[in-house]
Amino acid sequence: MSLALRVLAPLLVGLAVLGGWEWGVRHYEVPPYILPGPALIAQTLWSDWATLAPSLLVTLEITFAALLVAATLGLALAILFAQSRVIEMSLFPYAVVLQVTPIVAIAPLIIVWADNLMLALLICAWIVAFFPVLSNTTQGLNSVDPNLRDLFRLYRASRWQVLWRLQLPGALPYFLAGLRISGGLSLIGAIVAEFVAGTGGASSGLASRILEAGYQLQIPRMFAALVLVSGLGIVIFGALTLLSYLLLRRWHDAR
Amino acid sequence: MAEGDFLALLGPSGCGKSTLLRMIAGLIEPSAGRLDWGRDARREIGFVFQEPTLMPWATALRNVALPLELGGMPRREAERRAAEWLARVELAGFEDAYPRALSGGMRMRVSIARALVTRPRLLLMDEPFAALDEITRFRLNDDLLKLWQAERFTAVFVTHSTFESVFLAERILVMSPRPGRVAAELHVPAGDRATPEFRTSAAYAAHCRAVSQALGRAMAA
Repeated sequence: MSLALRVLAPLLVGLAVLGGWEWGVRHYEVPPYILPGPALIAQTLWSDWATLAPSLLVTLEITFAALLVAATLGLALAILFAQSRVIEMSLFPYAVVLQVTPIVAIAPLIIVWADNLMLALLICAWIVAFFPVLSNTTQGLNSVDPNLRDLFRLYRASRWQVLWRLQLPGALPYFLAGLRISGGLSLIGAIVAEFVAGTGGASSGLASRILEAGYQLQIPRMFAALVLVSGLGIVIFGALTLLSYLLLRRWHDAR
Repeated sequence: MAEGDFLALLGPSGCGKSTLLRMIAGLIEPSAGRLDWGRDARREIGFVFQEPTLMPWATALRNVALPLELGGMPRREAERRAAEWLARVELAGFEDAYPRALSGGMRMRVSIARALVTRPRLLLMDEPFAALDEITRFRLNDDLLKLWQAERFTAVFVTHSTFESVFLAERILVMSPRPGRVAAELHVPAGDRATPEFRTSAAYAAHCRAVSQALGRAMAA
């Protein structure tokens, strides 16, 4: 399929949906506090930018910090797991426990325990985001070609050489695939945690703008904030896809 | 076996050829008995697997340089020697190619260069050309023989092709299946191989027939 078609086709669908939406809202005279049209949302995005931009920045910061910690800790833990089967077997179940526990249920606790709200949000986002990196990278480190492993053994490679020259490069595609999932999850984690924290005035991310706008029935602003959240998610996914392409294009088949 | 020999292990699948090869390489331990090494030659081993077994994330040059670097040689020197060996397997100009850009035969050449870059005294090969088409296989057989004549390493070549074993090896051990035993030993004198067009000569055909019959007896026993 040509690149033009791959860009053009979804773009046309998007435009058609937006056009239909705008037409429907105008034709049936839907009040903006029920459903604002895309034009009004765009206008609100522009006029309320001064309030929304700082919130976007806060959410962006939490998301990126959580993703960074998730990637670093996930990778470090995976390396530790790859060094010893016993460590992996002892710790992996707890990583799963952390993964399957609904974040909405434990977020209030974390917010109580951490004295700093930003820190609490970061921890919540991290809990949601770190598992894909951990489990993918662990799998990558363990799925080395057995013949290559024998080759390294034949040349008496040290544990460090095996890790650095064989396991880590082999695990890179797995790690990057995990990171792409984690990118979206850390954004979701950041938003959900902030929802739980509520609008005590203490937090100031996009989620509190959404809540606030909901209470005040400023539905266009709520939609504008939603657009920013989705936009951020798309940008993160796109950036991580690009990163993965740049790192793997020369030797890996799957992109 | 003596130094500088080219030995072929010929036998059906499951007779323990590959296992024997891995034991020689020290990758697995014999369950009973022991391997007798005349002198301490143990660590100078090159191994060519059934598959090219290259690191997909590394260029041909980096793949060939690997054994030297694992042994602690500085990168620059290792890459210089790796480039020399790539040229010797007729892959000059492909230093920066990644394995996925190379054909099956070329990948196998990289694998052979990697096995020889440390100048091993013993080269072990586990059906290295089994997955290749016949034309590529013949060319690689020719080139391997040339390398062996130039370098005079001791070679152990596992195969299940009668023709390949006669073409390459001076000594052929025919193995029987379950339990794996050496059923017969045949020789192809160097004088015969020196004849031009050995692959189409009457001597070649005669040796192939002899090996084929020995294999038939080993299978029936």
